[in-house]
Formats: sequence, structure tokens, C-alpha cells
Amino acid sequence: MTRTPQIGFLPDGRRLHLQDGPIDLIVEAHGSGNQVRTAYRAAMQRFAGLLDELCAELPALRRAADSRACALRGVVARRMHEAVAPFADDEFITPMAAVAGAVAEEILGAMVESAPLDRAYVNNGGDIALHLADGEHFTVGLVDRPDRQGLLRTALIAAEDPARGIATSGRHGRSFSLGIADAVTVLARTASLADAAATVIANAVDLPGHPGVVRCPAQDLQPDSDLGPRLVTCDVADLSARAIETALEAGCRRARELLAAGLIDGAALCLQGETVVVAAGGIAAFAPGRALRNRTGVEAMHG
Amino acid sequence: MLTDATADKIRCDACPVMCYIKPGAAGACDRYANHDGELVRVDPHIVLQRTVSHGGRLVPFQAVGDWDGKIVHEPDVFVTAIGAGTTYPDYKPAPFIVSSEIDGIDMVTVVTEGIFSYCGVKVKIDTDRYLGPETAAVRAQGEAIGHVTTSEYGSQMLSLGGVHHLTGGSKKEGRVTCDALMDLSNCKPVELTIDGGATVVVQAGHPPIVNGVAEERMRVGCGSATIGMFAKQWHGKVDEVVVVDDHITGVLSEHQAGKLLDIADSGIKMKGRRSTPGRYFQVAEPGTGWGGTMISDPLSVLGPFDPRTARPGMTLLMVSTTGEHAAYYVLDGSLKPVERPMPAELRQSVERIQENCEPALCTVLFMGGAGGSLRAGVTDNPVRLTRSVKDALTRVTSGGAPVYVWPGGGITFMVDVTRLPAGAFGYVPTPALVAPIEFTLRLSDYAALGGHMDHVRPLASLKDHTEIRPRPTPSGSGPRP
Repeated sequence: MTRTPQIGFLPDGRRLHLQDGPIDLIVEAHGSGNQVRTAYRAAMQRFAGLLDELCAELPALRRAADSRACALRGVVARRMHEAVAPFADDEFITPMAAVAGAVAEEILGAMVESAPLDRAYVNNGGDIALHLADGEHFTVGLVDRPDRQGLLRTALIAAEDPARGIATSGRHGRSFSLGIADAVTVLARTASLADAAATVIANAVDLPGHPGVVRCPAQDLQPDSDLGPRLVTCDVADLSARAIETALEAGCRRARELLAAGLIDGAALCLQGETVVVAAGGIAAFAPGRALRNRTGVEAMHG
Repeated sequence: MLTDATADKIRCDACPVMCYIKPGAAGACDRYANHDGELVRVDPHIVLQRTVSHGGRLVPFQAVGDWDGKIVHEPDVFVTAIGAGTTYPDYKPAPFIVSSEIDGIDMVTVVTEGIFSYCGVKVKIDTDRYLGPETAAVRAQGEAIGHVTTSEYGSQMLSLGGVHHLTGGSKKEGRVTCDALMDLSNCKPVELTIDGGATVVVQAGHPPIVNGVAEERMRVGCGSATIGMFAKQWHGKVDEVVVVDDHITGVLSEHQAGKLLDIADSGIKMKGRRSTPGRYFQVAEPGTGWGGTMISDPLSVLGPFDPRTARPGMTLLMVSTTGEHAAYYVLDGSLKPVERPMPAELRQSVERIQENCEPALCTVLFMGGAGGSLRAGVTDNPVRLTRSVKDALTRVTSGGAPVYVWPGGGITFMVDVTRLPAGAFGYVPTPALVAPIEFTLRLSDYAALGGHMDHVRPLASLKDHTEIRPRPTPSGSGPRP
């Protein structure tokens, strides 16, 4: 034993909290008492040892993905690769861009397999895998700055919608961004795909050469970052309305490409208080935020 | 923590990601950081601020007891180990070593979450119902997690967990045992089945549920004791009383208590083995029926009445040791007991038996030992910690709750799980339980026993970085550390 995964319930006694190293999951299932217990047990069982599985292949996971070949063995590692592969021909991306979503999916998968559930989610630091039985829905709150209070937008995801994954990427999270977006939130079929796509779109929200953007090599901040010497965003000065629009438009172009390719179902891009939404017609995603709530990523609405 | 020879960055070994962390930065988890070349844990842990459950009034830190080494009098903050986390390998200082200067006395509380692979729980189940034979395996989800041990006065006892079930059996056995121990310790209900016995749902602080039926009361005493307690109340109101009990069934007319009241022989014939007059062993097989026997018809413990002594019209009360079961009979012309409505004054005596039975509860004591590794987190010289505990220089608490430390070697303690804050126990997949444990002692004594003095932090500094959660005093409060 070199470490101690923590398994417990949040103070509300309802939500399961699983933490091991950098993985930090909030899990909630709705169903009968027995079904929920069975699902939580399955989540805990699958969680044990999951980080070790990933770390066993960590060097390979930190290398640029090749869309045509995958030498990874672990089921989560392969899912990470699969999620980033559609982007690998166009830009530098490593399977690590999908790690949070892929882990969330894996735990959710174990839960859903163990018991019939009405609804369930696994929230891995804002990258969320969803399960919805017929007739069920989730209301998801979006935040642009995780270090500040307030809900920017809400998205209603119903069982008949294709999206089962939500992910947010940006320069304020735990991982670095090549772009300047405060937050890009993506809805996609799976959490791992949403995770990878959010990373890609957030990287595209950018103003190359702009003097107000401070960048430094990722490895100077985190010696073993998968981004190595690539310049990541450290600071962004107050931008003009014109500059914000330019940067967001760059991101929107990328988002529309991904939407057209069927890789995402919608995206909300936020930069310095401005938000633009890219979504297929008819998707009721990303309604303007209502009352300010706490900064929890998922606000599960009952009923 | 490993220091990188080529740079000022350090490599964190708290998890297999093994992050390199630069000074002033945190690892991928945001939980461990490099603070001037030291690996430090930066996420919050719980500081227990005790308030009275009703009204939220602050209470003195030391409610009772002779502990005069004041730690923190006002405000009422006690640092617990819940959420403190642990570090390996063993020589690392415990995550938080807190000092607070009050009234000129420097105190330290060494806060750690101990990992107990050799731990277990002792369960006391207030029931006289038969749960299973002594030494029978106790199972959760089909896996053996412990056994039935010697019953104690009026209660059945289970001994669960321990190194054999946690790590000695199959992987599943260990996991199921760990789950059951954690749930029991966190005051959650756990269903247990006993080989050759009953299925019982155990939840600390709640009545046991035996084969689907919630137990209401502890028996007032054994059948013989019940006769002794109620003989006077029955005298003159009924000719014969049988108190049916799995252990000792009592018969009023033969019992010493009945003799003293000159109660006449009734010609009753009991099955079972007579121990002393009016006291019978083994009147029936143990079970979950009348008085902890398997019977549902109490007449089945009786043989035919002796026609030389018995006479038609004689009255007979049969009652269990909890008063939960009772029936009234009158002998017919052929001396066969026939059930009749119970007279009010006898009904009253049955109610009196019920009234004298205390509510049946399950109690769960967590039992663990602070082994070498845990003690090493506290001091350089672990055995001195053990000695200082024995010498009462160091007070041991678990999540702020008082513990009983066993005499003899090591620091083996027991704690009533209902005294800990909710959710205090966790687990690691070893499998083993994670339970909070705190050692509190004078700073000078701490230094003397080889404490990690350079890791002692003033309480004020801890508060800046940790979450302080006001908590109501858990139920069953009493002396606190």
C-alpha cells in the first residue's frame, strides 16, 4: 500500500465521495434503496485499483495519440485513446485530455450494470457521465469560473437527448489550457468525448500573439505535464470587446466543426463575461442561468 | 517524499501518479504541495467544534473527568483525525500535530487517521431470542465475517472482523468483512446471518431485527428470576405460573419463592431437565418463539398433570421472560389445560413484566490497536507513546470520543461507535478500516517521548487552512476528552 483512497458519503448522506490521488468523484444514483446501495457498492468496487491501472500505462497516456494505432491495454486507457483519436490528426492531443471523463464513464458503467437505476451521475471534477432512464432528466448548472460563485447557464438534459457526457475545460481548472477561455462546456454522447472536445475547443479560444496573454512552458509549472514544453496560458489581461469576440469566434469555428462531424451535441464558450453557445437547432441546452446557486457542477433537480 | 537530486522539485509518493512538484506548487491532486521543499497536505480536514445538539450552546471542553491538561478551553474546538488522511511509509509524521497555548500550558494533539487491518467490532444484541450456537460463523452476504461468542447477561454477543477475516481468507471475504465493519461502525444497518441460527439486522443504537421482527425489550431476567420477582404479585390470583425461558424455565409452585408463600403443588409436569426445584433447563430447543425457545404453543413444554394432585378448575398462567407472550389456562374435567381469556389482574402482572424490560438495543464497539506504524507517525520512539498512554500522560480519543484502552501490551482500544461524528470511519482496499485516533498530551511530554517537534503547528495556523465544522454532540454524550 502506498496510499489511501478515501471512500465516504458527503455530509448530506446521499452522495458518495470517492477520492484517490487526483481522482475525485461525486456520485449520486436515484432508484430504490436497494438499487442505489448495489450501485454504490459497484462504484466503490470498480474504484478500488482504478488509479493503479491508469498509472501502469501513464507514460504512454502522456504521449501524443495516434489516430490509427493504440497500444494501450486498460479499458479506461483505451477509452481515453478512443475519445481523443478523432482530434489527433489535426492537433497535438494526448489521451490525458480525456482522463477525467473516461474515469467517470467507467464508474457510471459499473453502477448501471449492477442495478437498474432511474438516474445517476458521476461527477469527476466537472467532467460528468450521466445515466437517464426513460422519462428522466437532469438539470446541469454551468460555471465559468470555478473559483467564483454563480451559475452562468443551465442545461436540461432529458432521456431522449443523445448527450450522456458533460465536460468543462478552461484555464482555471486543474489542468492547463493552450487557449484563453475561462470555460468551455461541452455536451457529447459520452463523458470522455465531451472531455476531449472541451479541451480542444478551449485551446481554440485564443488570440495568438496578443500582448495581454502571458504564457509559459507547461513543464515549468508541472515538471511531468503531458504538454511538455508547449506554452500554456498563465494570465490574461482585460481584453477589449473586439478581442473577446475574435477569440470566441475562433473557438466557435472549432466547435461548429465538431458539431458538424457529430462529435459533440453542443458547447458553451465563456471568456471574460461573454458567453456564446454552439448547438444544433432544437437543442434546449444552455438556457441563461437563473438564481445564483453554489458552484457545484451538477445541480440535480428532483422530479 | 523523495527529493529530486537535480532540482528543487520534489516527487510526491502519496499516490502512484508520483507527481514532480515544484516549490509553491501542488500536485495533480491539489491535495499535496511542495512548501519550501516539504511535501505538505493542503486539503481540509475536519475540526470538530462541539455544540450542544439543542440550542447550539458551546460547552466547556472538559465536561467531566480529571484531565487537567487543558487543551483548548474557548472556543470549544477539538481537532479530530477525521479527514486527516494518512501517509506512508511509516516514519512520516502524522498529518497534523497541533499545538495550542492556553493558560501558559502548551499542549499537542497528534491527529492521524489510523489504518486498522487487525480491527474488529464487538456487537451486543439485547435479545433472549436464540441467534445461533456459540462459535457459529456469522455471515454477511454469505461470507464469514466473525462468530457468535459467549452470551453475556441478557444479551447475545458477536465478535466480528479481526485479522483472520479481513486478510486471512478470500479476497471477497476480506472486502465483505471490511464493508460490514465500516457500516456497523458508521451506525448503519447490516444484515447478518448466523450458521444454524437466525438472520439479524444490527444497527448501533437501534433495536435488533431478528428474522424480520424488531426486538422490543430485553428480558426482565431468566425464568427463575422472573418467578422470584413476581411470585408475590401472583399469589392468590392463579394456582400455577410457568415462565418459559430458553435458559432457565421457572415454575411457581415448585420454586423456592412459591414455597415461601405456601403455594400448593399443582401436579404440573415439566419437560426438560430439572436443575433445582422449580428451575428447568432445556424445556425446548432454542429458537425465536416463546422466551427464546422454538415453541409457539407453550403447552408443548408440559407433560400431563398428575391426577393425584391436580384438580379440574385449576388455573395456569404461562408467560415469557419479556411478557411478550402470555396465555391463561383452566384445567378441564380431564385435567387438560384449556385457554381462557386472561383475568385483568393477571394481565396487569404480564404488563408489569413488560414494563420492567429495558428497550432492546444493538451496541457496537469498535476495537483496534495503534500499531507500530501509527505510533511512528507520532513519535520517533513508538514504545514511549505506549508507555505514556499507560501512564495516563497521553489521552487517547477516537474522533473526539472517549475510548477504553486495554491494559497490557500495545495500545488496544475500544470505542462506542455512536459517540463518533457521522461517517467517521472509512476504508482502504487493503482491506482495512480507517478510523480516527488522536493522542493528546503536554508539549513537554511530547518532546520527551521523541515527538516530531518540527511538525507541531499552532491551532490558529491550522484553522486558517482547514474547514471548521460545528457539529452537534452525538447522542449518548457524556464525558468527552
